[in-house]
Amino acid sequence: MPVDVMIVDDSAAIRKILHRVLLQADVPLGKVIEAGDGVEALEKLKSTKVGLILSDINMPNMDGLALLGALKAQESTRDVPVIMVTTEGSSSRVMEAVNLGASGYVRKPFTAEQIKEKLAGLF
Amino acid sequence: MTHDKLVAYIRTSTRDVFTTMLGLELTDGEPFIKEEAPAPTDGVLALIGLAGRWAGSGTFSCTAPTAMRLASQLLMQSYDAIDEEVLDAVGEITNMVIGNVKTALEEELGPMGLSIPTVIYGRNFTTRSIGHSKWTVVPFHLDGEVIEVHLCLAPSKDPASLRMPKDHPAAVLSIE
Repeated sequence: MPVDVMIVDDSAAIRKILHRVLLQADVPLGKVIEAGDGVEALEKLKSTKVGLILSDINMPNMDGLALLGALKAQESTRDVPVIMVTTEGSSSRVMEAVNLGASGYVRKPFTAEQIKEKLAGLF
Repeated sequence: MTHDKLVAYIRTSTRDVFTTMLGLELTDGEPFIKEEAPAPTDGVLALIGLAGRWAGSGTFSCTAPTAMRLASQLLMQSYDAIDEEVLDAVGEITNMVIGNVKTALEEELGPMGLSIPTVIYGRNFTTRSIGHSKWTVVPFHLDGEVIEVHLCLAPSKDPASLRMPKDHPAAVLSIE
């Protein structure tokens, strides 16, 4: 069954790269929905269900950790796997994301293979 | 934090971003310390702020043709003019370069915040820093073109805050 995926990043360049990697990955991909920050992501998730979220951390309006906390607090999104794709590489930030319920963590710069490996672990 | 350490962090981070995301190899230029305001320049410049126990700014700059080439490599499509996508690509490259320098710095200096990048494209503009901090400048060469990463860092007057301090060294812009 195809999986709809949401990409959350304030950089259109990164959204485009991740979209391309998803198309190349060995996953049953459905729709790809994009959001520029946590606020836009939550708004879109009111009317759309997704099976996976790839999210940056450092974004305007609502950052990725606040988004992750909000997703895990809502019953409708609690079980959606969230992979953080970010330049935030310190161990404290990684632990914070893991404690909030992130399913994976990929540091920028990343290779397509690193993203595909994380996806393979989920599907 | 010494100039040599900053140079090493910037070189490692910039090379990593270029090889991993762009498939490009850079050649190192000679790093230096800059105290005075730079002369007016042309091209694309991205600025990003750092805040924490130490705070400051980082910049990434290159010519317009190089910016188009970097965006082409990153997004796998050709660009023959500076547009929103090229500026966004340069902003994201800067975010990754300075973001990874920040991660290395945090090992010694504690947690730091990173601002959203601002990207400027124009002719005959000048940047200068508020305050009296020195800038570490690390040039790289890419097929005859020069790319520069600048970093200015100083102990914070508000060490508890990860927000961008108002009275801290920061890059400002003037258009001639």
